[in-house]
Amino acid sequence: MIQTKPQTRVDFKFSKTWGLVFCTVILLGCLALSITLGAAHIPVGSVFAALFTFDGSFDHLIIRTVRLPRVLSGVIVGAALAVAGAIMQGLTRNPLASPGILGINAGASFAVVLTVLLLGNPPLGVYALVAFIGAAVAAVFVYTLGSFGRGGATPLKLTLAGAVFTAFAASLTSAILIMDQSTLDQVRFWTAGSLAGRDMTLFLSTLPYISAGLIGALLLGRQITTLSLGDDVAMSLGQNTLWVKLMAAFMVVLLAGGAVSLAGPIGFVGLVVPHVVRFVAGIDYRWILPYAALFGGILVTIADIAARLLIRPQELPVGIMMALIGAPFFIYLARNKVKR
Amino acid sequence: MPGWFIIRLSNLLSFRLDKRFIPVFSIVMLLTIIMMIISVGYGEYPIAPLDVIRSILGIDTGNSDHALVVRLFRLPRIVLALLVGAALAVSGTILQGITRNALADPGILGINNGAALAAVALLVYFKDVPAQFLPFAAFTGALITALLIYVFAWRDGSSPMRLILIGIGFAAMTQAFTTLMVVFGDINDVQQAFVWLAGSVYGRGWQQVNMLGGWLLVLLPITFLSARYLNTLALGDDSATGLGVPVEVQRGILILLSVALAASAVAAAGTLGFVGLVAPHITRRLVGPNHEGLLPAAALIGGFMVVLADFIGRSVIAPSQLPAGIITAIIGAPYFMFLLWRYRNTT
Repeated sequence: MIQTKPQTRVDFKFSKTWGLVFCTVILLGCLALSITLGAAHIPVGSVFAALFTFDGSFDHLIIRTVRLPRVLSGVIVGAALAVAGAIMQGLTRNPLASPGILGINAGASFAVVLTVLLLGNPPLGVYALVAFIGAAVAAVFVYTLGSFGRGGATPLKLTLAGAVFTAFAASLTSAILIMDQSTLDQVRFWTAGSLAGRDMTLFLSTLPYISAGLIGALLLGRQITTLSLGDDVAMSLGQNTLWVKLMAAFMVVLLAGGAVSLAGPIGFVGLVVPHVVRFVAGIDYRWILPYAALFGGILVTIADIAARLLIRPQELPVGIMMALIGAPFFIYLARNKVKR
Repeated sequence: MPGWFIIRLSNLLSFRLDKRFIPVFSIVMLLTIIMMIISVGYGEYPIAPLDVIRSILGIDTGNSDHALVVRLFRLPRIVLALLVGAALAVSGTILQGITRNALADPGILGINNGAALAAVALLVYFKDVPAQFLPFAAFTGALITALLIYVFAWRDGSSPMRLILIGIGFAAMTQAFTTLMVVFGDINDVQQAFVWLAGSVYGRGWQQVNMLGGWLLVLLPITFLSARYLNTLALGDDSATGLGVPVEVQRGILILLSVALAASAVAAAGTLGFVGLVAPHITRRLVGPNHEGLLPAAALIGGFMVVLADFIGRSVIAPSQLPAGIITAIIGAPYFMFLLWRYRNTT
């Protein structure tokens, strides 16, 4: 289903490696910018001082307890969603696949809200665990529903299944939030998809899962490339396709679930980034996945900066920023990349 | 002709109805009336069904509170639910007929969200504009969204698949813009917009009923008169052309009707999803696919659905309330999943 134009670019790995380094530098630059911007202006010098020679001053406290967790959360959330989207697009050979469109974010957030309703105030580790279960259930359900019938999982059927599952989970979520005031109070900052108010403990509790997911995904790069050529090709090359699919799906659940438990449902990162990355990295997932991680981190960091600057002193949830950027892109893809 | 019931008053006013239509219509009508009476009587101040009927008919029940509660507070809300459901159901029936796609729905196609965006813009930024203009704004928003979806889905002809995918994209985009306005806007106007956006008939009065009722009084008869064109269009463009139907003109008129119906419903009650999708399907099972019977029966069944959804929303977690839109989505989404499975080989 993905139209691939003939490769006219000369590609040699050296330039792609330097490209990764270049992207890392840009990402670091965005991080520095994001840390210094805010209600209190703090120069880059004292940012470094706060990180390495912490003296307990007010500025240093702001950096360490407010800005740093927020920025780091943005990076890993962006990386996780982008890589999850890239894997899903490779696995389903569907240009519209992504955690937001296929209802995985909605499933994870419903699971979290339900847990808060039932358990009151669960320990931090529980959020991530429940989000994984919700993400896994949503992924299995939407994929199964979308792949019945002739032609298997076509973009239309998968997208419709995802849209309906999202509508269903979102209605149940709002029903809970309307019924139970205290749950609403606890999670309302979170359901809009926002990076505001993330503290270091929450970040650290999610970090292991997302790191595991990212490393696992990068290790699977070669297998996913083979699989993206089609099940038949992969099987004739001697690949155990079922095993690869299961492992890849597990990584998607780790990444998307982890991202949702940290920042709430942020859509379109997983949709947009892999497509942009393919311009640079070609069709080899060994390159697509690391580039997607970096691009995803950069995109969410920039979206978060824009969300804070556009209507100062208020700020927009970064989820809405991403929808404004991503929805037109989705329309472009539906028009140009989906073939009947 | 066996199985049909034919009314022929003049060349324009002739209808061919399925034999099942009259019993089905009467039974659903009866159920709807009973449901409305129960719903009016239900609440923190319960009123017996007989007293409800008396109050509606203006007969004294010996308790002056009854007339006030029923006629001023409860009845307009429930009548509005009926009208909103009817408008959405007819809108969905038209869309499914002309796209020949069982999964078409004004909500899925992003038309509801376009109407909502325009209405929120009016509520938040043009506070001085009287409320009567709300349906016009919603209609404009819905029409622009529908046109954009159609234009963007056009690529060597329009395809139902691209229409749906691009509709989903526009739904996401208009929703983001709506949220953006809600964030930017003044908190008091936003509060008002929020209640309205949730898809609820909560706190609606006779003003909204009159507004929507006026629109439906014009739109529904025109739609019912167009039923036979819908029948021919459902056969496919070639057959319809062969039968002498001006295909593009009729399709254009029907799309306008569908958009206007959805928009007037959104203007009155916010976005209620899945009614326009589910009601036509249930109705088709009961009275068959002939649009002359399908359209009025779908209107009634859609009305019944929203009255029921509103009742469930009020009773399930009383004394607090769930918006009817949430109930219709919780019931409608699984039904949509069932349809997706049922039409797995045709989409």
